[in-house]
Amino acid sequence: MNSIVTEQGLPTNSFSMKKGFALLAEHSTVVVFVAMMIAGYFLSDKFYSVTNITNVLRQSVPLGIVSLGMLYVILTGGIDLSVGSIMALVSVVVALMIPEYGLWIAIFAGMVVATLVGSCAGGLVSYFKIAPFIATLAMMTIARGLALIVSKGQPIFVDDVAFVDFGTGYFMGLPLPVYVFLGFSMLAHFVYKKTAFGRLVISIGSNETATRFAGIPVERFKFAVYALSGMACGVAGVIAATRTGVGSPVLALSFELDAIAAVVVGGASLAGGRGTVFKTVIGVLILSVISNIMNLMNISGYLQQVVKGVIIVLAVVLESFKSKH
Amino acid sequence: MDKINSEYSIVINNVQKNFGGIRALKSVDLKVKKGSIHALVGENGAGKSTLMKILSGIHIKDGGTINIDGQDVHFTSPKQSQAHNIGIIHQELALSPDLTVAENIFLADLGFGSQLINTNQINSLAKLALDQLGFEIDPTTRLGDLSIAYQQMVEIAKSLAKNVNILILDEPSAILSDKEISVLFEKLRELKEKGVTIIYISHRLEEIFRLTDAITIIKDGTTVTELDPKTCTESDIINAMVGRTFEKLFPPKLTPSNETVLEVIDLNTARLLRNINLNIKKGEIVGLAGLIGSGRTEIARCLFGIDLMASGIIKKNGQALQINHPADAVKLGIGLVPESRKEQGAILSRSIRENMTLSNLKGSSSFFGLINRLKETTVSHKLQKSLAIKLGSIEDPISSLSGGNQQKVVIAKWLNTDCDVLILDEPTRGVDVGAKSEIYNIIVELTQKGYAILVISSELMEIIGLCHRTYVMSEGEISGELIADEMTEENIMRMALPKRAVI
Repeated sequence: MNSIVTEQGLPTNSFSMKKGFALLAEHSTVVVFVAMMIAGYFLSDKFYSVTNITNVLRQSVPLGIVSLGMLYVILTGGIDLSVGSIMALVSVVVALMIPEYGLWIAIFAGMVVATLVGSCAGGLVSYFKIAPFIATLAMMTIARGLALIVSKGQPIFVDDVAFVDFGTGYFMGLPLPVYVFLGFSMLAHFVYKKTAFGRLVISIGSNETATRFAGIPVERFKFAVYALSGMACGVAGVIAATRTGVGSPVLALSFELDAIAAVVVGGASLAGGRGTVFKTVIGVLILSVISNIMNLMNISGYLQQVVKGVIIVLAVVLESFKSKH
Repeated sequence: MDKINSEYSIVINNVQKNFGGIRALKSVDLKVKKGSIHALVGENGAGKSTLMKILSGIHIKDGGTINIDGQDVHFTSPKQSQAHNIGIIHQELALSPDLTVAENIFLADLGFGSQLINTNQINSLAKLALDQLGFEIDPTTRLGDLSIAYQQMVEIAKSLAKNVNILILDEPSAILSDKEISVLFEKLRELKEKGVTIIYISHRLEEIFRLTDAITIIKDGTTVTELDPKTCTESDIINAMVGRTFEKLFPPKLTPSNETVLEVIDLNTARLLRNINLNIKKGEIVGLAGLIGSGRTEIARCLFGIDLMASGIIKKNGQALQINHPADAVKLGIGLVPESRKEQGAILSRSIRENMTLSNLKGSSSFFGLINRLKETTVSHKLQKSLAIKLGSIEDPISSLSGGNQQKVVIAKWLNTDCDVLILDEPTRGVDVGAKSEIYNIIVELTQKGYAILVISSELMEIIGLCHRTYVMSEGEISGELIADEMTEENIMRMALPKRAVI
């Protein structure tokens, strides 16, 4: 039996560079983030000002909340393209309802609408076996269309004081929406780490067939992640509207791409089963910080897109080294 | 090689192949005469497919010699095999249904060296090739519009368009109707007349008598004998296929109770199963034998709610069940250890602990679906100990374990639920002998605890050594039931081989 092919292990006395590289790849998301934070110091003297940092944090809240929902969808091996449209729809629904029904009922209704749109996508994916890309693409145009219909294509201004105050208010030095993001992140992390729901979502993404063969009602969980993603978009839509005091049908255009980018930069696999809440949050911060630094440097918007793309590729290439061994 | 062997197209001598620790081929010999149709016969897992994959360059042999048309060869890629004019037609056709017949035939080089495709040229060349073979197929037809038999002929034409003079057919008749088989046979005989050497793999003995010039029988990775279809009988073939010595792998059987736990009445599915009736008692191990594709796994899939039945009743403890999803089956106390561990049984990238508790996370949770890690770890350790699973840590991915230990984890998953009916589909596939024996012990211990067990297996010795009785399946039907001493390799084989009338 001398001809058995043995598994080729790495030589034990391999270069320490290789080890260092593996370590780098293992924490690629964090490494890229730290590199950006250091770069920020050298590229702009305004970067480390209190106003700027709070600004970055505030701006990253809607993307952050949406990306958490997106993470769960991507963990199951799916994708959600409808997030930006849902945000827009919710922002106009809430803005329209506030004068007549008051703040809280309007927000509640917005959440219901958002969850419903998410549920439609979830239903199509789970029970009609439609590819997530197609199902959420359809919901993306439907929700955007509805937002334009309800608002008649016009921005809707909100003069409710409490609404605008929330968007611009502070608590202990931090913008109020940041606390919402923090709360959602902790909740998402807790569900991911500690609950049967989180475990099974990861399990579905790792091997859907084996999970179904273990007697898990896989369809129900897949349905749930799209509904939850919709709800997260609702929250993000309301927060985005409070910031400007406007409900807009063209809010968050191509936001789905940023959210997917944040999750992927955070090391998640689009094939499902891999990705963490912590790294997704870092991914969100990376995207926000890139934009911020480039704004501070007065780089043109056109060039910004190119640089953003390059950094996304960089982060994902680093990540791909990890999956190779 | 000198020219003495020139009357042979293929001479295979003492070929060996190992996959990890498993010896797929121990010593295979095969001599195929030029311009003959040679049958290769053996049980599922005997090594026929492995041998053919070596011949077509998909697998690389570990030892022995292969001589093609007087030339010693050692294939390390399909290209090399093709260079020796060997063509293989797999059971699953490798064609593109949306392309035309002509495009399929010349797929490897559609432009004949150019990047542009001359549709008229390939159509007329395809027509020529098909005409030469006597296949009446319009080369401009979309392949998917042809029946399976005609698709198979296109596959043959595709092979022969590459000047193939050795053609291997792996169970071509399994997907064909009787009429289609007759057409195929006629064409194969014509090819033989033209000097093509054909290796024909099949389980249908009638076909083999009708078509072939010689029969080589393989068992457990070893060539048993070569028979002449003109002089031998069906029994000769079956006896050569089976006839093993009983290994001391199996623990003594325990007496089952008289209480029927699971009962299947007149089960039919749209595709394959016809009037399936079976029952399992408490503490009983019932076998489900038969060839691959006979419907064994389909029964398991129906019982477990993966496929839906067209009609029939499944009863547990006298009560009729509604099973529409595996989740229903598990709730009703039915567990399945599926045939493909890697795709269906285990979640390879996740830890042993997560795999063990997957089907019953509730049992390791405190409330509101909150997993209690301490409880989960305790449960996992307990399962590990009771099944003697060899592992480093329960936190390692299940993929780090050997096949046998992986399988034990999959079994452990069900022991962590309230299931009392267990269906084991090929429970020892890809498992080494030591772990095999341990899994048999586990199965017998489970009957002591009152489990009712259905074992699906291609290994006849496993059925005979482990089960109290067995059903044998053939072509979607239960062709017989054998109890205790009636279970012999010969009896099972006889019932398992398809009995379709041949024209």
